[in-house]
Amino acid sequence: MTIEVKNLVKKFGSFAALDGVDLKVDNGELLALLGPSGSGKTTLLRIIAGLDWPDSGEVTFNGEDALAQGARERHVGFVFQHYALFRHMTVFENVAFGLRVQPRAVRKDEAAIRARVKELLDLVQLDWLADRYPSQLSGGQRQRIALARALAIEPRILLLDEPFGALDAKVRKELRRWLRSLHHEINVTSIFVTHDQEEALEVANRVVVMDKGRIEQIGSPDDVYESPASAFVHGFIGESIELPIQVEAGVIRLGDRPLRLAADGLAPGASKLFVRRHDMLVGPPGSGAFEGAVQHVRNFGPVQRAEVALSGGETVEIDAPRDKELRAGDTIGLEPRRYRIFAG
Amino acid sequence: MSALAARRRTLPGFGLTMGLTLSWLSIIILIPLAGLFLKSLELSPEQFWNILSSRRTLNALRVSFGLAFAAACVNLVMGSIIVWALVRYRFPGRRLFDAIVDVPFALPTAVAGVALTALFAEKGWLGAPLAALGIKVAFTPVGIFVAMIFIGIPFVVRTVQPVLQDLDPEIEEAAGSLGASRWQTIIRVILPSLAPALLTGLALAFARAVGEYGSVIFIAGNLPNVSEIAPLLIVIRLSEFRYADATAIAVVMLVVSFVIIFAVNRLQRWARSRIPAR
Repeated sequence: MTIEVKNLVKKFGSFAALDGVDLKVDNGELLALLGPSGSGKTTLLRIIAGLDWPDSGEVTFNGEDALAQGARERHVGFVFQHYALFRHMTVFENVAFGLRVQPRAVRKDEAAIRARVKELLDLVQLDWLADRYPSQLSGGQRQRIALARALAIEPRILLLDEPFGALDAKVRKELRRWLRSLHHEINVTSIFVTHDQEEALEVANRVVVMDKGRIEQIGSPDDVYESPASAFVHGFIGESIELPIQVEAGVIRLGDRPLRLAADGLAPGASKLFVRRHDMLVGPPGSGAFEGAVQHVRNFGPVQRAEVALSGGETVEIDAPRDKELRAGDTIGLEPRRYRIFAG
Repeated sequence: MSALAARRRTLPGFGLTMGLTLSWLSIIILIPLAGLFLKSLELSPEQFWNILSSRRTLNALRVSFGLAFAAACVNLVMGSIIVWALVRYRFPGRRLFDAIVDVPFALPTAVAGVALTALFAEKGWLGAPLAALGIKVAFTPVGIFVAMIFIGIPFVVRTVQPVLQDLDPEIEEAAGSLGASRWQTIIRVILPSLAPALLTGLALAFARAVGEYGSVIFIAGNLPNVSEIAPLLIVIRLSEFRYADATAIAVVMLVVSFVIIFAVNRLQRWARSRIPAR
């Protein structure tokens, strides 16, 4: 199933939750919608599911107009952040729900429903919980049951709204891997919403970065990490150092200090320079584009994180390998291995 | 629990509040009820049986419990619909309607009785058209039924309303996206989630209607064996100085009410055990 979204606009009062969104999702893809809260990602997902309606724009499934159908007709599996399981039903009945409410003409008989539910519970590896009630399950188990319930109707598309948002860090990591392998197995076109960049980069085939109701960048996890298309994406994905710079007459300045960086092709005026923390290489004073004084140093697993006051008047945090000797009070030179400059 | 744990209770004041609770409940509820039972012991079992098995007593109990149950059922259905409208939709005057629901709580029951009687009397606003259709309400058992509906409605609305308000809308969205029609969602998802609250509302409305006196006696006509409620029969026996008769009827009402409330309570707990808190 391919999904195509064209020029989607949705306003809540004067707030534009979606401000002209275009997106094409290919058959069998596992796509992440990534953005901060209020970026419109959940609204987009709910409109695709038929739980919300746009003010204008188009949504098509395989070229067919989806907006002409309600949630019920769209045959879309939806997984909620807070599971939305039916608390008065057992796990088994929760999963069976979508099969039991089908119109009589197409409804499976009881034996077929039982077989299908058993198959789904096996798929999510929770067949031993069939007779429990949702309140007796852990968060991770509930979310897997919610997924099994959504898959029961053999959805054309699977949509997941912050599926791991309510879970603790360890379970979240397990379920990420599990979701990716599950997707590999069932291969349904899937979109999931997250504000967790690590989750998006680890699970998805393609990542859509959103901000303020617009799509900032669409690309593979490598693309959005290695070549961010905008200042927002660079700042949002990966840990970045952001420096306000001035470009004048072919020279880049940080405050009053000229930097030894090429200014070729840059428009004059105020800009922003982005560097990943680990892309700042430490050298002796006088080497590199920047110079600064180490304020303090802390060890962080494989790296040491140093706070450096740059001459030119900004304080930044850099990650350096542990074998590099850094001490508070040292003056060091810093050379950005890779950096990007965005106007504005 | 070890002695150490018992001494180190986190919430102090258990002894004081428990003592107050017990003495207060005793003074207000248990001692008067015990007095009632003691009084009825003055009767021999045979006398007791004779009073209860008299046609007039049986009919009065049947009228009270039967009509109270019917009224509670009507309140359950109509109350649920009112709750649905008040919680789910935004319309002009919603707050006003919401406040009106409480009127039967606050209105003196005698005032309610007089108002209902005036309304449903043969020449009243509603009584006249109903009389034209051949339906007599005032001074018949139907009048009792109407009064009992009137006083019971807020109990259903006020118990179900907060539960429906807290019901997660995502549950309904989930049902819809799984292919359930609106009707299937209501029957299979919403009503079962509301079941404990609905049962509580039913029990409260029923208990209130069984005990109702003030509004009913104005509209009932109070014809023995036809439209005479048990509480009225108790008052009549008291005014005839037949105290033992009065207490015998009172004891039966008490026991039957208690059994019904207890049964509903068990049912409610059973329903709630299947929907534990999140």
